[in-house]
Amino acid sequence: MIPDEPKRTSVLQGTGVSPGVAIGVAHLIRRVDAPISRYQLEDKSLVSEEIRRFRKALKDSESQLLEIKRKFKDQEGLETLYILDVHIMILKDKMLIKQTIQNIEDKGVNAEWALRMTLDKYRDVFSKVDDEYLRERISDVEYAGQRILRNLAGVHHETISGIGDNAVIIARDLSPADTMQMKVERIQGFATDMGGKTSHTAIVARAYEIPAVVGLEKITSEAKTGDIIIIDGTAGAVIVNPDPEIIRRYEEKKRHYETIEDSLLKHARKTATTLDKHRVLIGANIEFVEEIPSAVQHGTDGIGLYRTEFIYINRDRLPTEEEHFCTYKKVVESKGIRFSTIRTFDLGGDKFISDPRLAAEMNPVMGLRAIRFCLREVDLFKVQLRAILRASAYGRTKVLFPMISGMEELLETKRIFNEVKKELKRDGIPYGKDVKIGIMMEVPSAVLIAEDLAKEVDFFSIGTNDLIQYTLAIDRVNERVSYLYEPLHPAVLKLIRQVVEAGHKTGIEVAMCGEMAGEPVYTMILLGLGLDALSMNALVIPRIKKLIRSVTMTECRKLVEQVMTFNTASEIEFFVRDYMRHKFTDDFEVVD
Amino acid sequence: MIVERTLTIKNEFGIHARSAAMIVRAIEHCRSNVFLERDGARVDAKSLLDILTLACPKDSQVVVLADGDDAREVVETIAKLVDDKFGEAA
Repeated sequence: MIPDEPKRTSVLQGTGVSPGVAIGVAHLIRRVDAPISRYQLEDKSLVSEEIRRFRKALKDSESQLLEIKRKFKDQEGLETLYILDVHIMILKDKMLIKQTIQNIEDKGVNAEWALRMTLDKYRDVFSKVDDEYLRERISDVEYAGQRILRNLAGVHHETISGIGDNAVIIARDLSPADTMQMKVERIQGFATDMGGKTSHTAIVARAYEIPAVVGLEKITSEAKTGDIIIIDGTAGAVIVNPDPEIIRRYEEKKRHYETIEDSLLKHARKTATTLDKHRVLIGANIEFVEEIPSAVQHGTDGIGLYRTEFIYINRDRLPTEEEHFCTYKKVVESKGIRFSTIRTFDLGGDKFISDPRLAAEMNPVMGLRAIRFCLREVDLFKVQLRAILRASAYGRTKVLFPMISGMEELLETKRIFNEVKKELKRDGIPYGKDVKIGIMMEVPSAVLIAEDLAKEVDFFSIGTNDLIQYTLAIDRVNERVSYLYEPLHPAVLKLIRQVVEAGHKTGIEVAMCGEMAGEPVYTMILLGLGLDALSMNALVIPRIKKLIRSVTMTECRKLVEQVMTFNTASEIEFFVRDYMRHKFTDDFEVVD
Repeated sequence: MIVERTLTIKNEFGIHARSAAMIVRAIEHCRSNVFLERDGARVDAKSLLDILTLACPKDSQVVVLADGDDAREVVETIAKLVDDKFGEAA
């Protein structure tokens, strides 16, 4: 018996056609697209039989569509019903019928092949149309054609049922007849192999405000019914079988997406400056280049954290330097951002290498991962560093090393980094003159020696998610202890303060890129602790900016002083929430 | 009787599936042979698919040509659909 292996995570990129984040369970709609074979009709007498079959399939198709239309007449908007009428008209189209019959007669082929020839001819003609919307109408011809073919094959059953709640629909393509048979308002998201911005799936998804990504090419072969699926309709990405950490991150994104109000966008373009003129730099945390335009629109100053993990996931072989480079170049060159912070590989080695020696660790969070893995597999690490440095020639770049726990690791990392620089210089390959290097402050031991580490780097970035779990010794994924995950634990606040003080003593920037940075309820505390930059989910930026613009540093510092007099996390939490609720009566009424 | 008229497409999306369907539905039972022409291509106006292949966007010019005893009415009918922007909101 082979033990259940953890399901493989894969990431697909397509065209995001309806924004937002969906997390759900895959429901795969598989079409029995019977392969079409060509038969030469041996006998002339068979011609009339083929024509009869074709006409019957047309008739059957028509009555099926009429039946669907009748059933859904009262439920759907007129628009969708009209498309069904168009499909019915295609079934009755004189040219379609005439050409197909002509193909049967002249070429002596079976009805299926004759119809395929007609459909292909239309596909060819439509593909030459300039107008995207009109060009995509070939999909209507295809929907109708597929239905005729199914009827020719004698496949009548295609009712879509048994779709549970939380379902994400996965399909080659969805026709109006398909979506009409679903309770669309209960569906979480759509992901399809085919389609573009004006395809039917896209139109329906936007109408119902359901996240959707189309044009994924092979989602139907990557995902199985029952798999957990994340759809990021804004970035055009779909993640199949994400691990718990990724799910959590996207749950956060989803929450921000749902609470963002358009009215807040007017705060987006202003700087995050307090009433007493203290400016805080705002960054966005991203994982896909496609997220940058939205981040800029939401008012980010730069990219505070670009997670590079998805470059590694979902491939059979390692990404080449060129692949890394192209992605990073796109990031640093993006319009509207002043800096890009690229974090190097931050996963366990098991994520992409099927080396048995690296197999399942008892406690992967504390295992061979991130910088530890990179320092062991130096060649792999160098590929990424070369690519980042090459990209730095095209825009202001900062490099961020994760999970540094001590000075030896930092010095070794810097040694390799400088070696790569030297090699590039020797080979005459350009790179940015002023690439800043920084480290994640997420391991408590690093915080305790922060003063020494500060002398070796240009900036610190506090990763609160890991810092909290390492400090409080809790596994966030373990539900039995997750109640202990308290960002406002006095120990956590003291560690953050220590990092800021150590950084400022040496004169380097101290940023925060963990989830805490994007929680409005903590913003005043973080300002009071003296953080220079906050990097967060882009969607929450307008809200955080609005908040920063309405407070003074004096009151933030005072709040921190008060908070530091408590010695339990629950007292602090209660005090801060109460304070924020009273100060911002409108914004914190529902926070709890 | 042959009647011919040049029309300018005014609705936002041009002659798409919905508007093409309206044309076919309006004239499919007439006695005339009806054609649409654009950029030298001529299609049967009683075929939805053929009309779509003409790909007429907003502001394009289309010639309607009808041949038969009800040709005048047919051209009038199509012209009215085009002028009314196929019922699309302005």
